[in-house]
Amino acid sequence: MASVITNPVTNTNSDRSKRKKKKKSMIKENQQSQKQNHTRWKSETQQQIYSSKLLQALSQVSLNSPASAPRGGRAVRDAADRALAVAAKGRTRWSRAILTSRLKLKFRKQKRPRGSTASVASITGSSWSKKPRFSVSKLKPKSLPAVQRKVKVLGRLVPGCRKQPLPVILEEATDYIGALEMQIRAMSALADLLSGSGAAGSSSAPPPHSPPPTSQ
Amino acid sequence: MSSRRSRSKQTGGSRITDDQINDLVTKLQQLLPEIRNRHSDKVSAAKVLQETCNYIRSLHREVDDLSERLSELLATTDTAQAAIIRSLLMQ
Repeated sequence: MASVITNPVTNTNSDRSKRKKKKKSMIKENQQSQKQNHTRWKSETQQQIYSSKLLQALSQVSLNSPASAPRGGRAVRDAADRALAVAAKGRTRWSRAILTSRLKLKFRKQKRPRGSTASVASITGSSWSKKPRFSVSKLKPKSLPAVQRKVKVLGRLVPGCRKQPLPVILEEATDYIGALEMQIRAMSALADLLSGSGAAGSSSAPPPHSPPPTSQ
Repeated sequence: MSSRRSRSKQTGGSRITDDQINDLVTKLQQLLPEIRNRHSDKVSAAKVLQETCNYIRSLHREVDDLSERLSELLATTDTAQAAIIRSLLMQ
């Protein structure tokens, strides 16, 4: 009898301790992930990762088709955005939207032959191009306060967030701003590097080799 | 004002509390450089969102300018490629 009683007691104790440990570790992980989300785009390692990806993408851009019509500025921007989306590791909606939009553009360009769309529009007149669009906002004009309108504008700015509810847009925007700031830091550093070396020739001595960060 | 907002949210389906929204707005507020420097805590949500939109637009413009600059620098082939290789080795 005593053994029967003690066995479940020990089992529950061990279960409780296991559950407590699991809960504690999960809470710690959540807190760490939140902290990581806040400072993820500010860490040096993240910027270095992004810079190396950017360099790879840029070397592909310049080698393939130099001096296209807009001078490749748009191509550089697209490559930088793609590298940024890859650096986000697909955890956010805007990064996935950037990556999928590139694929959609490629498929659309292959499917549509160039002359057909223009001819269709000219033959059928303007009836095809003008689709009557009933915007959802017309249903309840009074219940859209300024906050909602501004959040919608914000949703259009952040890629992939046009039809998302309000808290999703706000969360995506916070991550997107951090990522953009990191992109600007990395690109300006790269531009300074290129312009500095270009101006001074190859005489500038490389800085002392710093050991890469081993932790994190 | 908060009750109206909660009613309009409930028509969307999921329950989103005002506190959650305020939390997210304050998080955004911390990121914006302009509002962070001012010492006023009472910044309205609409103002924060407006500043966010402006800030994202300015960041986009900066990225566009930087990419233009980078494309011009990359157009000069030899020095650019050497610099890229050098920076790769340095990292």
